Amino acid sequence: MAVDGIGAPRQAVSRFREGRLWYRVKGSPLTLVGAAIALVVLFVIIAAPLLAPYPPDKISLSARLAAPSLQHVFGTDEVGRDLFSRVLFGARASCGIAFAIVILSTVIGSIIGCLSGVVGGIVDTAIMRLMDVFLALPALILAMALSAALGPSLFNAMLAVAVVRVPAYVRLARGQTLSLRNRTYVKASRSFGASPAYLLRWHILPNALSPIIVQATLDLGGTILTAAALSFIGLGAQPPTSEWGSMVSSGRNYFLDQWWYITFPGLAILISAMGFNLLGDGLRDMLDPRLGGR
Amino acid sequence: MTEPPLLSVEDLEVRYRVTSGWFGGSDVHAVNGVSFSVAEGETIGIVGESGCGKTTLGQAILGLTDISAGAVKLRGTERDRARRTQIQIIFQDPQSSLDPRLPVWRLITEPLHIRGGYANKQLIDRASELAVSVGLRPEHVDRYPHEFSGGQRQRIAIARALAVEPALLVLDEPTSALDVSVQAQIVNLLLSLQAQRKLSYVLISHDVSLVRHVADRVAVMYLGQIVEEGPTLDVLDAPSHPYTRTLLDAVPRFDRPLASIAPRAGELPSNRTLPTGCFFRERCPSATAGCEQPQLLVAADGLRKVRCHLVTNVHGMGRPRSAPRPAFPSDATA
Repeated sequence: MAVDGIGAPRQAVSRFREGRLWYRVKGSPLTLVGAAIALVVLFVIIAAPLLAPYPPDKISLSARLAAPSLQHVFGTDEVGRDLFSRVLFGARASCGIAFAIVILSTVIGSIIGCLSGVVGGIVDTAIMRLMDVFLALPALILAMALSAALGPSLFNAMLAVAVVRVPAYVRLARGQTLSLRNRTYVKASRSFGASPAYLLRWHILPNALSPIIVQATLDLGGTILTAAALSFIGLGAQPPTSEWGSMVSSGRNYFLDQWWYITFPGLAILISAMGFNLLGDGLRDMLDPRLGGR
Repeated sequence: MTEPPLLSVEDLEVRYRVTSGWFGGSDVHAVNGVSFSVAEGETIGIVGESGCGKTTLGQAILGLTDISAGAVKLRGTERDRARRTQIQIIFQDPQSSLDPRLPVWRLITEPLHIRGGYANKQLIDRASELAVSVGLRPEHVDRYPHEFSGGQRQRIAIARALAVEPALLVLDEPTSALDVSVQAQIVNLLLSLQAQRKLSYVLISHDVSLVRHVADRVAVMYLGQIVEEGPTLDVLDAPSHPYTRTLLDAVPRFDRPLASIAPRAGELPSNRTLPTGCFFRERCPSATAGCEQPQLLVAADGLRKVRCHLVTNVHGMGRPRSAPRPAFPSDATA
């Protein structure tokens, strides 16, 4: 350990520590793939108007159901709209809504869960039983019922899926709060005179957060699928909005002769859902400092 | 005594309310009237079997547990928020007493950080100083707890307790989570810190040999009470109370194989409903008439206090077999 000798400058030590995250990412190629996909999706969401060769709603009846070519990389649909442009703009609806759902359900779920864990007693029991009721119903069926009741629109589909996702975060946040509250280091901090707010800020939140972030990232993939499924059955995005699920839905009719119509939006769903799942998996391994030592 | 002792615990009682299932609950009597005091620079050892209330006593001294009755006084006044940093605690398991997400410098200076008003640079410098004083290297403060061994983590915990210059440390089984080879290092560190900083220790342990090595006085606890208290060597070499003898008999020794020790009947009685009379009566090998009366902790020979009428009042009751020293009748009322 000559490098770590007493005289070693502090700078060298901290540089070593900053390098560690990148070092760990490098060790996990699947995480890198996931992160790359996530970055591409984010870029497409932001830059869709710049990247798309045509406006997504531009109808060109002379080029109906054209096969992929240099003019139309992914081909065109039944009214001659460029599928490549529609897939790019579809990222905004499909992934944008997934982000919104996950953020909404994470924030709501964590707040309810932390409160439930801190308050305890009858409030805790009531909240948790209600969440059990939500969990007992299949998620997709519940989301369908909710969005059908609210009326088919992208916004209502988002609300429905968010509500369905909340119980998972409530349970997670509550469990974290309960177990952290009794950790010895929280007790130690209390013995130094720390206030509840201090404990929450420095010990409970930082330690509760990483499982929640991991869960949120893992959920992004599933949420993209659920949102697309709702649109596929007509409860989500309404025409002419370009959304991957509804594109797959209308492309279904042309599946045998015009394979490209259904394939490219479907691939977009597959790749983005997989990418966020891989990223979530990798984050789970990385955010746990005890696993990082290996 | 002109000056009040550093720490005095007076008739301390701690009861927990535990709810069992959906209906009602009962009280756990964890600590039942404990009194003792600690002078500056002194070490008092608290020994007893699992569940006798040692740890609860330690946490009550810290204020981590609500006190049901009695008082904990620091230099004669009730412990309040301002002086709570005068008492610090070292927990048993350094693995769980250090937040895994914070770097060591932040852990060590947590008491100062809570107090507020220090720049990070100051905290890091202070942490390095403290790290050196517990035998760590200054650059260790940039690392995270999982990068350290158990002994090093316990050093970090000790440095953290020292950050606010306490007068008294409660050591709650400070070595029992550590490898035997590391235990001695930590004990020696604690002893040298005590010498340098005039610290007082309340050493909570079931390790009799550790207590013998470190403590000036020892208090033996049974079911939330002190049953015998006195200078370490007096108590450990010549135990008076039948429970102390039972406890010391259970310590393995080279000259007495474990197989030769007769197993003692019975478990620690439930602390939900306290026994009447002497708490140890049902397991006591010398129980006789008079044991159904509540026992008081009274002075026996010399500096020792014992909670057993057989020891403190020889008249009419007889003495338990092989009692090491005659007790003085005149002390029974002291």
